[in-house]
Amino acid sequence: MLRLEGVEFARGGFRLAADISVPSGITAVIGPSGGGKSTLLSLIAGFEVPDRGRVLWDRRDLGPLAPGARLVAVLFQDNNLFPHLDVLANVALGLAPRTRPTSEDVSRARAALERVGLTGFEDRRPGALSGGQQSRAALARVLLTDRPVVLMDEAFSALGPALRGEMLDLVRDLLPDATILMVTHDPDDALRVAQQVIFVEEGRVAPPVPTKAFFDAPSEAVRRYLE
Amino acid sequence: MADRAQPLGPGGWAGVAGAAAIPVLILACTGALVWRAEPGSGLSPSDWAAIRFTLWQAVLSAVLSVGLAIPVARALSRRRFVGRGALVTLLGAPFLLPVIVAVFGLIAIFGRNGLLNGALALAGLPAVSVYGLHGVVLAHVFFNIPLATRLILQGWQEIPAERFRLAATLDMDAGAVARHLERPMLLSVVPGAAVVVFVLCLTSFAVALTLGGGPRATTVELAIYQAVRFEFDLSRAALLSLVQLGLTVTVALLAFRSVGSTDLAAGLDRPADRWEARTRILRAQDAGVILVATLFLILPIGAVILRGVMEVPSLPQSVWTSALRSLAVAGASTVLVTALALTMAVAAVRLGARGGWIEAAGLTAIAASPLVIGTGLFLLVFPFANPERLALPVTALVNAISTLPFALRALIPALRRVEADFGRLADSLDLQGWSRMRVLILPRLSRPLGFSAGLAAALSMGDLGVVALFADPEAATLPLQVYRLMGSYRMDEAAGASVLLLGLSFAAFWAFDRGARRAEA
Repeated sequence: MLRLEGVEFARGGFRLAADISVPSGITAVIGPSGGGKSTLLSLIAGFEVPDRGRVLWDRRDLGPLAPGARLVAVLFQDNNLFPHLDVLANVALGLAPRTRPTSEDVSRARAALERVGLTGFEDRRPGALSGGQQSRAALARVLLTDRPVVLMDEAFSALGPALRGEMLDLVRDLLPDATILMVTHDPDDALRVAQQVIFVEEGRVAPPVPTKAFFDAPSEAVRRYLE
Repeated sequence: MADRAQPLGPGGWAGVAGAAAIPVLILACTGALVWRAEPGSGLSPSDWAAIRFTLWQAVLSAVLSVGLAIPVARALSRRRFVGRGALVTLLGAPFLLPVIVAVFGLIAIFGRNGLLNGALALAGLPAVSVYGLHGVVLAHVFFNIPLATRLILQGWQEIPAERFRLAATLDMDAGAVARHLERPMLLSVVPGAAVVVFVLCLTSFAVALTLGGGPRATTVELAIYQAVRFEFDLSRAALLSLVQLGLTVTVALLAFRSVGSTDLAAGLDRPADRWEARTRILRAQDAGVILVATLFLILPIGAVILRGVMEVPSLPQSVWTSALRSLAVAGASTVLVTALALTMAVAAVRLGARGGWIEAAGLTAIAASPLVIGTGLFLLVFPFANPERLALPVTALVNAISTLPFALRALIPALRRVEADFGRLADSLDLQGWSRMRVLILPRLSRPLGFSAGLAAALSMGDLGVVALFADPEAATLPLQVYRLMGSYRMDEAAGASVLLLGLSFAAFWAFDRGARRAEA
């Protein structure tokens, strides 16, 4: 279980406070721009360090760990792939970030590409892929890293609605056991795949609410945001 | 909007005329060179030696400057420390630093009686000479490490922060980050930086004049100078000028394109968060690199200031007079650059897509080195007037032409933005001609204008080029005066005059640049 315990964080006038537990499955993170959604993800990933409180994974304090040691995988909006490496090499980085991939790494990378439906694209550069294909390649790498926590910061927001829905279904089907936090602006994304929703506004992080309850009986603040 | 051609107006027509005048002037100079050069005489073995030396020292300087700049840029890109901002600002300073002042400082540290040889003597080692190939390359490296560092640092900062975050979540170490993030960036940035340094070293007359010389360390430009001043062999000077023109034209335009995106005034003040570099060894390595680079840049200038600052009050009248002459030259050059750049920018923006040639016309000045233009002008005026009497106006003109490309680079994009943002509003208010200039353009462009004017003033103040060619012994500018004092071993006076020159150059830049920023605020 992912837990943020009494976390407080301040940077140049912006403050964020969070005291929540995130169950496994997909959790949507929703709220107005500048409210702290990305900061919340950065604190979990280790890009930012809280001023107070702890970030825990299965009761283990992640505080002293660098981002690479945190068992957290991240999908950004852009720049998920290195433009000078072909798709296969990009995916294999998930297994061998510091060395040349072994032949076993390479065959596992091929298998991951097959699972996301990118067989045949191994030796293309990211620039030669469509947005949806780039997202699939990045997802293949996340599959390989096999980390229990996956953070998606508007990862598919550049895709059209149909393609985005397809990618979200793929994430749900391929990562059934992970704890996934998904920042999104679109309530439909949450309704489609998320079991619960976290509402973030003005630096306040509300505890997760089951998706149906979140939209059927929204609180005052949520109603203001949705309308 | 910005692409649509608009009526030129009087300012625009003035800009078109200015833009046309520059290639005409350069063509006239080239014509004079062709007319005077006697191709029958051909190039002598010493001319070929000068060509070889020019290219060889430029290659060495470029490779060393860029090679040494890479670790400095890497250290600056991944460390936050007190004084980082000041150090990055300091990296912009050599561009404004008068060459003769830096040379004086380098001699103070690396010369026969300098700190380095003092230390070598204590250790019982033989002394090294600061003259010849060593000295020329040393001075070029001193001037160009900071420039190369800024260019490469910009490459580092243009790597998206997400990439470093991605590398961190993938648990890459410093070696993997170097392979996957840094090497691709360096492969695209380093060749451009090296070409820029190479071109600057092809045309840096003052360094060759002060530290080169003799059969084994004479550049083409120095040979031109010697042909004019000592041998009065104008046809040889003309022939060598054509050689130099050929050398620079082939690479200069290319170089300016590769440095095109670089904004000399750009802020480089935000290092990206880095995780792979948080090891004790890399920390110590970066600290050492930054320390050595800072000392290398500060010590020579510090030596000049220490030696000269007490001498300033007792400087002879002749130095003060030459300082006034330099102020007048710099003032004239600044007015000329500002007027030309502003009207040319107006013309370029008004002409929209058809205005590309305006900036290209400004760039032709980069292709011809100032000394070559100067030699051409010398040949043009020589039949009619004593070149010595025209030394100061010609210096102001040539300084202006060589600063113009930088001013255009600052002004044209800025004016394009202003017209895109406020052009329709100004049109609807019927703001045309001078009222548009006064109400819209001048206030919105005050920053790039101040920067351009400051650059023009400082570069002209410190220039030791054409003026040496034309020089009237009775009418030296301040840099020439420093050179002469050094030549006659009046080192205390030379130090004092150097401090004065240093102060005036930076004060001139600061006054315009800061003044404009304040006016905007």
